[in-house]
Amino acid sequence: MTAQATAEPVRGEGEHGDGGPGGKSRGAGAGPGPGLPGTRGRGLLGRRGTAAWLQEYGVYAAVAALLLFNALFTDHFLTTDNLRTQLIQVAPIVIVALGMALVIGTEGVDLSVGSAMSLAAALLPLYLGYGLIPALLVALLSGALVGAVNGTLVSVVGLQPIVATLALFVGGRGLALVMADGQLKQIVNPDLLALGTGSLLGIPLVVLVAGVLALAVAFVVHRTTFGRQVVAIGGNRAAAALAGLPVKRVLTGVYILCGVLAALAGVLATARLTASDPSSLGTLMELSAITAVVVGGTPLSGGSIRVLGTVAGALLMQLLRATLVKHDLPDSTAQIAQAAIIIAAVYVARERRSR
Amino acid sequence: MAPPEAAPPAARGTASASAPTVLEARGVGKRFPGVVALDDVSFTLRAGETHALVGENGAGKSTLIKVLTGVHRPDAGELLLAGRPVGFARPAEAQAAGISTIYQEVNLVPLMSVARNVFLGREPKNRLRLIDFPRMHAEAAALLDGFGVTVDPRRPLHTLGLGTQQMVALARAVSVDARVVVMDEPTSSLEPREVETLFRVIEDLRRRNIAVVYVSHRMDELYRICDRVTVLRDGRHIHTGPLAELDRMQLVSMMLGREVSEVRRDGVTGFGADGHDVTRTPVLTAKNLVRRHQLDGVSLELHPGEVLGLGGLLGSGRSETAKALAGALSLDAGEVRVAGRPLARSSPAAAIRAGISLLPEDRKAEGIVPGLSVRENIVLAALPRLSRGGVVSRARQDRLVEIFVKRLRIKASSPEQKVGELSGGNQQKVLLARWLCLEPKVLLLDEPTRGIDVGAKAEVQALIDELAGEGLAVLLVSSDIEELVEGADRIVVLRNGGTVGELVGENVSEDALLAALADHAPPAETTETAPPAETTDAVETADAAETADAAETADAAETADAAETTDAAEAIETAEVTEATEVTEAAEVVEATEEDPR
Repeated sequence: MTAQATAEPVRGEGEHGDGGPGGKSRGAGAGPGPGLPGTRGRGLLGRRGTAAWLQEYGVYAAVAALLLFNALFTDHFLTTDNLRTQLIQVAPIVIVALGMALVIGTEGVDLSVGSAMSLAAALLPLYLGYGLIPALLVALLSGALVGAVNGTLVSVVGLQPIVATLALFVGGRGLALVMADGQLKQIVNPDLLALGTGSLLGIPLVVLVAGVLALAVAFVVHRTTFGRQVVAIGGNRAAAALAGLPVKRVLTGVYILCGVLAALAGVLATARLTASDPSSLGTLMELSAITAVVVGGTPLSGGSIRVLGTVAGALLMQLLRATLVKHDLPDSTAQIAQAAIIIAAVYVARERRSR
Repeated sequence: MAPPEAAPPAARGTASASAPTVLEARGVGKRFPGVVALDDVSFTLRAGETHALVGENGAGKSTLIKVLTGVHRPDAGELLLAGRPVGFARPAEAQAAGISTIYQEVNLVPLMSVARNVFLGREPKNRLRLIDFPRMHAEAAALLDGFGVTVDPRRPLHTLGLGTQQMVALARAVSVDARVVVMDEPTSSLEPREVETLFRVIEDLRRRNIAVVYVSHRMDELYRICDRVTVLRDGRHIHTGPLAELDRMQLVSMMLGREVSEVRRDGVTGFGADGHDVTRTPVLTAKNLVRRHQLDGVSLELHPGEVLGLGGLLGSGRSETAKALAGALSLDAGEVRVAGRPLARSSPAAAIRAGISLLPEDRKAEGIVPGLSVRENIVLAALPRLSRGGVVSRARQDRLVEIFVKRLRIKASSPEQKVGELSGGNQQKVLLARWLCLEPKVLLLDEPTRGIDVGAKAEVQALIDELAGEGLAVLLVSSDIEELVEGADRIVVLRNGGTVGELVGENVSEDALLAALADHAPPAETTETAPPAETTDAVETADAAETADAAETADAAETADAAETTDAAEAIETAEVTEATEVTEAAEVVEATEEDPR
């Protein structure tokens, strides 16, 4: 062979079958090193595997577990009526969360979704006189405008997303109230009401819309140029720019999509309510949407978007609350339980990033 | 076979063989999912020695270092510090035990001041238990002064050049009570003068009986300062012994696991010996590129089929030139033409459409998208070309990826592996693939072999050669003089953001390049656009009449600013003493212009 014959003898030193000193520490305090791969011994591979599984399928497992629990211990839970109600209630959150997932995938956040909903709600009755379609278009256009403003502030002006969208979070609802004269308006247009209450093949239209949109967004994220560019920009913006990606256009597009989806959610919620209520529609929606996205496993640091996870995240929060309510626990308990879920989701996500 | 012979004379003898062992690893093993990173590796470090740790990427150097510094826990084996077994759960514990580390990429807090970075976590406190800023600043300044770095300790770190940042990292590492200092590629972002400073510091450490583990791919450095060497390959220990007993070829052959004769035939770099057939008409011309603070009159021509080297010291505007050509840096003045047509808009997308691709200097920050797969990273820039109606074709992606993974020999468990998990060399190949699949006319390579192992380096160099042979125009930016001289057909030399000369033919040699860089002798051929002339021009225009030519007047102001800031930058990066006269002159002229009553 070669000169390596001169190499010092390399010996196996004693017994070390089982990890070095303290290779089995399980304490949460001694988490993985700062962003470094595989800081743990061999003995923890099993745990690592569990963590990876949880990251991948945790939300779905949690939803399944909750359903199972209810099937066994809650009366009248797994009934068509109840499931229908739950799905109808969660649909607007899902729709908003889909847009939010895209924005969060670019390392951003959109606080103005609730305002976009209320703006759409305020505009609807003003244009319903021209028919459902024109009113719908105007409402969606308002969402696109909100998104365009957000997107421009973020991508062209270079504001931080949380600040940029804060402006319309505050201002958007104000504008909506001005347009609606601060009043709640009854909706009498039968077409719009049908959108809220109708169903197709036994599935409520609202749920159908949310389902179709979820599939569409998943397709956009995984299969289109735009979707891949969104993820790449979220993963490393400088690299994406150098690779000639139209960073500003894509970012603006993402916020516009988010705004349009929020506006659509606003329209559907208004149709369910049978009234346009810009002062309270969509309040705290931004937080519900962010929660769904985070619980669904999309990291806030961008570079990855889990569309179906987001849907499951929204479902999980909805079912959790419904379960607790059915067991006569007060809403405050539900809130605490939701907080626990969020912390668990973030904890699991943290494990993912440290790999 | 091939016992060590004809060893170069030992340059030192301070670290005697009888010096006590300060740090020892015995039979250390470490595996990651799917890989055995270290297999039964032993390593001893004696007090006061400088110990080279060498091997290709994937040899286990980084893992061994991480085990020594408490980042990783070994699966097997033990660590002994001064003879006593130790186990570090965290890097902080290793640090407390006297093991300091300087990482390849500067690992500091960019927005904090220099002084805060030096003393991070152990700031001097006053009586109220608050940070004693005056004392901290004074101590930091004194410490850095010892390294020949004069810098205001209150300045935020990120405003300094990479080299200076590295010196701050070094100051931090040695200012803690270290018994062992681990340096992982410490010179990869330093310029020659700073390297000298580093070596002085290492000599100083030796005198203070502090052991240094020195990881580098640069042979010159190893032979200059290291006493002993440990060679790792494929996670196994290959050799430990005095470095002076091995010649370079023997060392390289151990690292690569190849026969000496084989290495010899390949040459030191991966470049072929012959030049390329160069077409006469340039594919890319840059004229008088000016950007405030950064570029001050860069002109160059790039022909199909040639490798044009871009030489210059740190801060001379090499990377900025490459970025400006790629549309990633907007210009205040100047023109870039591709195949005779001016580049309309300065954006990377426009440059890419025109056939210009840039492999950026900072692989991590501007190159890879670490969370995405090898496949997605490769096709990133080509997405629109692989799509129909905005929908990306997976089949076309896979075909493209397969071709380039094979051609560039990218080592990944599958195209779906995350790029962040690959070695530096393979990440670089992925980036090269990203650009090559666009079929560019001009390839701008900014430090293409920085921080990658010997094998990958040779592969990348051979590839550059091959691409030029196929008619691609290549701009090679490198701080590795050897690489520049062997790889380039022609070298344009930059200084202070401007073109100062060009080496052609026989003048493409290390001596001539060093002379041009250091400005010891006039370069063989000087292009007609030397910066002083340009400055004078601009100032004259400004002087003449403010109504004259708006653009050129602006130009003059720009130049003035550039001169001033260059001056400031100079003061900070003390290593750069060059051209003081030129800059001062420019600044003076500018001042005169400003005082001129209008």
